[in-house]
Amino acid sequence: MANLLTFDTARCKGCQLCVSVCPKNILELDMSRVNSKGYNPIMCRDMSACIACAMCARICPDSVIKVEKDVLGEG
Amino acid sequence: MGKVVYEKSAGLTDSPMSYCPGCLHGTIHKLVAESLVELGVLDRSVLVASVGCSVVAYQFYNCDAVQAAHGRAPAVATGIKRVSPESIVFTYQGDGDLAAIGTSEIIHAAHRGENITVIFVNNAIYGMTGGQMAPTTLITQKTSTSPKGRVENQAGLPMKVSEMMAQIPSSYYIERVSAHNVPNILKTKKAITKAFRNQIDGKGFSMVEILSTCPIGWHVTPVEATKFVESAMVPYFPLGVYKDEGEVRS
Repeated sequence: MANLLTFDTARCKGCQLCVSVCPKNILELDMSRVNSKGYNPIMCRDMSACIACAMCARICPDSVIKVEKDVLGEG
Repeated sequence: MGKVVYEKSAGLTDSPMSYCPGCLHGTIHKLVAESLVELGVLDRSVLVASVGCSVVAYQFYNCDAVQAAHGRAPAVATGIKRVSPESIVFTYQGDGDLAAIGTSEIIHAAHRGENITVIFVNNAIYGMTGGQMAPTTLITQKTSTSPKGRVENQAGLPMKVSEMMAQIPSSYYIERVSAHNVPNILKTKKAITKAFRNQIDGKGFSMVEILSTCPIGWHVTPVEATKFVESAMVPYFPLGVYKDEGEVRS
Protein backbone atom coordinates (compact mmCIF):
# COMPACT_ATOMS: atom_id res chain seq x y z
CA MET A 1 0.00 0.00 0.00
CA ALA A 2 1.44 3.29 -1.01
CA ASN A 3 0.49 6.64 -2.35
CA LEU A 4 0.80 7.48 -6.00
CA LEU A 5 1.27 10.71 -7.92
CA THR A 6 0.58 10.56 -11.65
CA PHE A 7 1.86 13.44 -13.78
CA ASP A 8 0.29 14.47 -17.08
CA THR A 9 3.69 15.81 -18.09
CA ALA A 10 2.56 17.08 -21.50
CA ARG A 11 0.51 19.77 -19.68
CA CYS A 12 3.33 20.80 -17.30
CA LYS A 13 4.88 24.26 -17.76
CA GLY A 14 7.57 23.84 -15.12
CA CYS A 15 6.30 26.70 -12.93
CA GLN A 16 7.33 24.86 -9.74
CA LEU A 17 4.41 26.11 -7.64
CA CYS A 18 3.95 22.46 -6.59
CA VAL A 19 7.60 22.28 -5.53
CA SER A 20 7.09 25.33 -3.30
CA VAL A 21 4.12 23.85 -1.42
CA CYS A 22 5.20 20.20 -1.01
CA PRO A 23 5.68 19.58 2.75
CA LYS A 24 7.94 16.58 2.07
CA ASN A 25 10.07 18.40 -0.52
CA ILE A 26 10.05 15.46 -2.93
CA LEU A 27 9.11 17.24 -6.18
CA GLU A 28 11.60 18.62 -8.70
CA LEU A 29 11.89 19.36 -12.39
CA ASP A 30 13.15 16.49 -14.54
CA MET A 31 16.10 18.18 -16.22
CA SER A 32 16.74 15.08 -18.38
CA ARG A 33 13.45 15.53 -20.28
CA VAL A 34 11.70 18.25 -22.27
CA ASN A 35 7.98 18.03 -23.04
CA SER A 36 6.25 19.04 -26.27
CA LYS A 37 5.77 22.59 -24.96
CA GLY A 38 9.51 22.88 -24.39
CA TYR A 39 9.48 22.75 -20.59
CA ASN A 40 11.29 20.44 -18.18
CA PRO A 41 8.33 18.61 -16.62
CA ILE A 42 7.78 17.87 -12.94
CA MET A 43 8.66 14.53 -11.34
CA CYS A 44 8.70 12.96 -7.88
CA ARG A 45 12.11 11.90 -6.60
CA ASP A 46 10.85 9.75 -3.72
CA MET A 47 7.31 8.41 -4.06
CA SER A 48 7.57 6.42 -0.81
CA ALA A 49 7.76 9.72 1.13
CA CYS A 50 4.50 11.05 -0.36
CA ILE A 51 1.71 11.54 2.19
CA ALA A 52 -0.99 12.21 -0.47
CA CYS A 53 -1.85 15.60 1.02
CA ALA A 54 -2.58 16.82 -2.55
CA MET A 55 -1.20 20.31 -1.87
CA CYS A 56 0.80 20.07 -5.13
CA ALA A 57 -2.25 19.08 -7.14
CA ARG A 58 -4.44 21.80 -5.62
CA ILE A 59 -2.11 24.67 -6.51
CA CYS A 60 -1.16 23.31 -9.97
CA PRO A 61 -2.71 25.72 -12.51
CA ASP A 62 -2.57 23.13 -15.29
CA SER A 63 -4.17 20.07 -13.65
CA VAL A 64 -0.99 18.06 -14.18
CA ILE A 65 -1.11 15.99 -10.98
CA LYS A 66 -3.43 13.15 -9.97
CA VAL A 67 -3.13 11.97 -6.36
CA GLU A 68 -4.12 8.48 -5.19
CA LYS A 69 -3.98 7.02 -1.72
CA ASP A 70 -3.34 3.41 -0.67
CA VAL A 71 -2.59 2.02 -4.12
CA LEU A 72 -1.93 -1.74 -4.10
CA GLY A 73 1.31 -3.07 -5.47
CA GLU A 74 3.18 0.23 -5.47
CA GLY A 75 6.12 1.40 -3.37
CA MET B 1 -7.59 0.01 -5.99
CA GLY B 2 -6.36 3.28 -4.63
CA LYS B 3 -8.60 6.07 -3.50
CA VAL B 4 -8.35 9.13 -5.72
CA VAL B 5 -7.57 12.13 -3.52
CA TYR B 6 -7.32 14.67 -6.31
CA GLU B 7 -7.63 14.70 -10.10
CA LYS B 8 -8.53 17.08 -12.91
CA SER B 9 -12.09 18.33 -12.51
CA ALA B 10 -14.81 16.98 -14.80
CA GLY B 11 -15.89 20.60 -15.15
CA LEU B 12 -12.82 21.35 -17.25
CA THR B 13 -12.18 20.30 -20.84
CA ASP B 14 -8.97 18.53 -21.88
CA SER B 15 -7.81 21.68 -23.63
CA PRO B 16 -4.46 22.80 -22.18
CA MET B 17 -4.59 26.16 -20.37
CA SER B 18 -3.27 28.96 -22.58
CA TYR B 19 -1.88 30.91 -19.62
CA CYS B 20 1.78 31.60 -18.84
CA PRO B 21 3.61 29.19 -16.50
CA GLY B 22 2.52 29.63 -12.88
CA CYS B 23 -0.41 31.94 -13.67
CA LEU B 24 -3.10 31.36 -11.05
CA HIS B 25 -5.92 31.78 -13.60
CA GLY B 26 -5.61 28.02 -14.10
CA THR B 27 -5.91 27.33 -10.37
CA ILE B 28 -8.97 29.58 -10.10
CA HIS B 29 -10.55 27.95 -13.18
CA LYS B 30 -10.20 24.61 -11.38
CA LEU B 31 -11.92 25.94 -8.26
CA VAL B 32 -14.85 27.31 -10.26
CA ALA B 33 -15.20 24.04 -12.21
CA GLU B 34 -15.00 21.93 -9.05
CA SER B 35 -17.68 24.07 -7.36
CA LEU B 36 -20.06 23.76 -10.32
CA VAL B 37 -19.58 19.97 -10.40
CA GLU B 38 -20.05 19.57 -6.65
CA LEU B 39 -23.21 21.69 -6.67
CA GLY B 40 -24.53 19.57 -9.56
CA VAL B 41 -25.23 22.56 -11.81
CA LEU B 42 -22.49 22.23 -14.43
CA ASP B 43 -24.90 21.16 -17.18
CA ARG B 44 -27.04 24.28 -16.72
CA SER B 45 -24.20 26.75 -16.16
CA VAL B 46 -23.34 29.57 -18.53
CA LEU B 47 -19.98 31.28 -18.40
CA VAL B 48 -19.69 34.87 -19.60
CA ALA B 49 -16.02 35.32 -20.44
CA SER B 50 -14.48 38.77 -20.40
CA VAL B 51 -11.61 40.41 -22.27
CA GLY B 52 -8.09 39.88 -21.01
CA CYS B 53 -6.02 36.73 -20.63
CA SER B 54 -9.23 34.87 -19.70
CA VAL B 55 -10.87 35.86 -23.01
CA VAL B 56 -10.58 32.22 -24.13
CA ALA B 57 -11.95 30.78 -20.86
CA TYR B 58 -14.81 29.26 -22.87
CA GLN B 59 -12.33 26.67 -24.16
CA PHE B 60 -11.63 25.41 -20.68
CA TYR B 61 -15.07 24.91 -19.10
CA ASN B 62 -17.36 21.99 -19.84
CA CYS B 63 -20.41 24.27 -19.90
CA ASP B 64 -22.06 26.80 -22.20
CA ALA B 65 -20.26 30.08 -22.64
CA VAL B 66 -20.50 33.51 -24.22
CA GLN B 67 -17.62 35.88 -24.78
CA ALA B 68 -18.64 39.45 -23.95
CA ALA B 69 -17.23 42.77 -25.16
CA HIS B 70 -14.62 44.41 -22.92
CA GLY B 71 -16.13 45.11 -19.49
CA ARG B 72 -19.68 44.22 -20.51
CA ALA B 73 -19.83 40.71 -19.05
CA PRO B 74 -22.26 41.69 -16.21
CA ALA B 75 -24.63 43.23 -18.78
CA VAL B 76 -24.51 40.11 -20.97
CA ALA B 77 -24.97 37.91 -17.88
CA THR B 78 -28.00 40.02 -16.91
CA GLY B 79 -29.63 39.32 -20.25
CA ILE B 80 -28.94 35.58 -20.13
CA LYS B 81 -30.17 35.21 -16.55
CA ARG B 82 -33.38 37.15 -17.26
CA VAL B 83 -34.39 35.12 -20.31
CA SER B 84 -33.17 31.84 -18.83
CA PRO B 85 -33.63 32.05 -15.05
CA GLU B 86 -32.91 28.32 -14.62
CA SER B 87 -29.37 28.80 -15.92
CA ILE B 88 -26.55 29.37 -13.46
CA VAL B 89 -24.87 32.41 -14.97
CA PHE B 90 -21.43 33.62 -13.95
CA THR B 91 -18.91 36.12 -15.23
CA TYR B 92 -15.17 35.61 -15.02
CA GLN B 93 -13.43 38.98 -15.16
CA GLY B 94 -10.01 40.42 -14.46
CA ASP B 95 -9.20 43.78 -12.92
CA GLY B 96 -8.57 45.47 -16.27
CA ASP B 97 -12.02 44.34 -17.40
CA LEU B 98 -14.11 44.74 -14.24
CA ALA B 99 -12.34 47.62 -12.46
CA ALA B 100 -11.50 49.79 -15.48
CA ILE B 101 -13.63 49.69 -18.62
CA GLY B 102 -16.38 47.64 -16.95
CA THR B 103 -16.79 49.63 -13.72
CA SER B 104 -20.13 51.00 -14.83
CA GLU B 105 -21.54 47.60 -15.79
CA ILE B 106 -20.56 45.87 -12.57
CA ILE B 107 -21.89 48.68 -10.37
CA HIS B 108 -25.25 48.81 -12.12
CA ALA B 109 -25.62 45.02 -12.21
CA ALA B 110 -25.12 45.03 -8.44
CA HIS B 111 -27.52 47.95 -8.01
CA ARG B 112 -30.16 46.03 -9.90
CA GLY B 113 -29.49 43.07 -7.63
CA GLU B 114 -29.10 40.73 -10.58
CA ASN B 115 -29.07 37.09 -9.48
CA ILE B 116 -25.66 36.33 -11.01
CA THR B 117 -22.25 35.26 -9.70
CA VAL B 118 -19.17 37.33 -10.47
CA ILE B 119 -15.67 35.83 -10.25
CA PHE B 120 -13.30 38.81 -10.13
CA VAL B 121 -9.60 38.02 -10.52
CA ASN B 122 -7.40 40.86 -9.25
CA ASN B 123 -3.71 40.60 -10.17
CA ALA B 124 -3.00 44.34 -10.09
CA ILE B 125 -1.96 44.61 -13.74
CA TYR B 126 -3.14 44.34 -17.35
CA GLY B 127 -1.66 40.95 -18.19
CA MET B 128 -2.63 40.22 -21.79
CA THR B 129 -1.86 43.61 -23.31
CA GLY B 130 1.68 43.77 -21.99
CA GLY B 131 1.71 44.54 -18.27
CA GLN B 132 0.28 48.06 -18.16
CA MET B 133 -0.85 49.80 -14.96
CA ALA B 134 -4.39 48.87 -13.89
CA PRO B 135 -6.71 50.66 -11.44
CA THR B 136 -5.65 48.04 -8.87
CA THR B 137 -1.87 48.43 -9.38
CA LEU B 138 -0.21 49.11 -6.03
CA ILE B 139 1.66 52.32 -5.16
CA THR B 140 5.36 51.97 -6.19
CA GLN B 141 4.53 48.86 -8.28
CA LYS B 142 6.40 48.94 -11.59
CA THR B 143 4.49 48.27 -14.81
CA SER B 144 5.19 49.04 -18.46
CA THR B 145 3.23 52.33 -18.14
CA SER B 146 4.59 53.17 -14.68
CA PRO B 147 8.25 52.19 -15.15
CA LYS B 148 9.32 54.01 -11.98
CA GLY B 149 6.40 52.68 -9.97
CA ARG B 150 2.82 53.95 -9.52
CA VAL B 151 2.77 57.46 -8.04
CA GLU B 152 -0.19 58.48 -5.91
CA ASN B 153 -0.43 62.12 -7.00
CA GLN B 154 -0.44 61.04 -10.64
CA ALA B 155 -2.55 57.90 -10.74
CA GLY B 156 -4.37 57.99 -7.40
CA LEU B 157 -4.66 55.11 -4.99
CA PRO B 158 -5.45 51.54 -6.11
CA MET B 159 -9.17 50.84 -6.35
CA LYS B 160 -10.63 48.66 -3.60
CA VAL B 161 -13.41 46.96 -5.50
CA SER B 162 -14.86 44.69 -2.80
CA GLU B 163 -15.14 47.57 -0.33
CA MET B 164 -16.93 49.62 -2.99
CA MET B 165 -19.31 46.82 -4.04
CA ALA B 166 -20.22 46.13 -0.41
CA GLN B 167 -21.63 49.68 -0.16
CA ILE B 168 -24.20 48.98 -2.86
CA PRO B 169 -27.58 48.38 -1.20
CA SER B 170 -28.66 45.54 -3.53
CA SER B 171 -25.49 43.45 -3.49
CA TYR B 172 -25.94 40.25 -1.49
CA TYR B 173 -22.55 38.65 -0.91
CA ILE B 174 -19.10 40.20 -1.40
CA GLU B 175 -15.92 38.47 -0.26
CA ARG B 176 -12.22 38.94 -0.99
CA VAL B 177 -10.02 35.85 -0.95
CA SER B 178 -6.62 34.93 -2.36
CA ALA B 179 -5.26 32.00 -4.37
CA HIS B 180 -1.57 32.38 -3.54
CA ASN B 181 -1.19 29.33 -1.26
CA VAL B 182 -3.06 26.13 -0.46
CA PRO B 183 -4.90 27.24 2.73
CA ASN B 184 -6.16 30.32 0.88
CA ILE B 185 -7.07 28.22 -2.17
CA LEU B 186 -9.34 26.14 0.07
CA LYS B 187 -10.95 29.33 1.41
CA THR B 188 -11.33 30.61 -2.13
CA LYS B 189 -13.18 27.47 -3.16
CA LYS B 190 -15.51 27.84 -0.18
CA ALA B 191 -16.28 31.43 -1.17
CA ILE B 192 -16.89 30.50 -4.83
CA THR B 193 -19.21 27.66 -3.80
CA LYS B 194 -21.13 30.04 -1.53
CA ALA B 195 -21.47 32.59 -4.33
CA PHE B 196 -22.97 29.92 -6.62
CA ARG B 197 -25.23 28.60 -3.87
CA ASN B 198 -26.59 32.11 -3.39
CA GLN B 199 -27.54 32.19 -7.05
CA ILE B 200 -29.14 28.72 -6.92
CA ASP B 201 -31.17 29.90 -3.90
CA GLY B 202 -32.20 33.07 -5.76
CA LYS B 203 -30.50 35.40 -3.29
CA GLY B 204 -29.08 37.90 -5.76
CA PHE B 205 -25.78 39.50 -6.67
CA SER B 206 -22.67 37.69 -5.37
CA MET B 207 -19.08 38.63 -6.13
CA VAL B 208 -15.86 36.90 -5.09
CA GLU B 209 -12.68 38.94 -5.56
CA ILE B 210 -9.65 36.67 -5.82
CA LEU B 211 -6.11 38.05 -5.45
CA SER B 212 -3.95 36.44 -8.10
CA THR B 213 -0.57 36.70 -9.78
CA CYS B 214 0.98 37.75 -13.08
CA PRO B 215 4.55 36.39 -12.95
CA ILE B 216 5.36 37.55 -16.50
CA GLY B 217 3.88 41.05 -16.08
CA TRP B 218 5.49 41.47 -12.67
CA HIS B 219 8.85 40.14 -13.97
CA VAL B 220 9.23 37.59 -11.17
CA THR B 221 9.13 33.80 -10.91
CA PRO B 222 5.76 32.14 -10.17
CA VAL B 223 6.83 31.33 -6.60
CA GLU B 224 8.11 34.89 -6.01
CA ALA B 225 4.78 36.16 -7.35
CA THR B 226 2.84 34.24 -4.70
CA LYS B 227 5.10 35.84 -2.06
CA PHE B 228 4.35 39.30 -3.51
CA VAL B 229 0.62 38.62 -3.08
CA GLU B 230 1.23 37.75 0.57
CA SER B 231 3.61 40.62 1.40
CA ALA B 232 2.25 43.48 -0.73
CA MET B 233 -1.28 42.78 -2.00
CA VAL B 234 -2.94 41.27 1.07
CA PRO B 235 -1.94 44.23 3.34
CA TYR B 236 -3.55 46.71 0.92
CA PHE B 237 -6.44 44.47 -0.14
CA PRO B 238 -7.47 42.86 3.18
CA LEU B 239 -9.09 39.44 2.85
CA GLY B 240 -12.49 38.73 4.33
CA VAL B 241 -16.25 38.89 3.93
CA TYR B 242 -17.27 42.46 3.12
CA LYS B 243 -20.97 41.79 2.91
CA ASP B 244 -23.15 38.77 3.54
CA GLU B 245 -26.84 39.57 3.76
CA GLY B 246 -27.50 35.90 4.62
CA GLU B 247 -25.48 36.27 7.82
CA VAL B 248 -27.22 39.50 8.82
CA ARG B 249 -30.72 38.12 8.50
CA SER B 250 -30.22 34.67 9.99
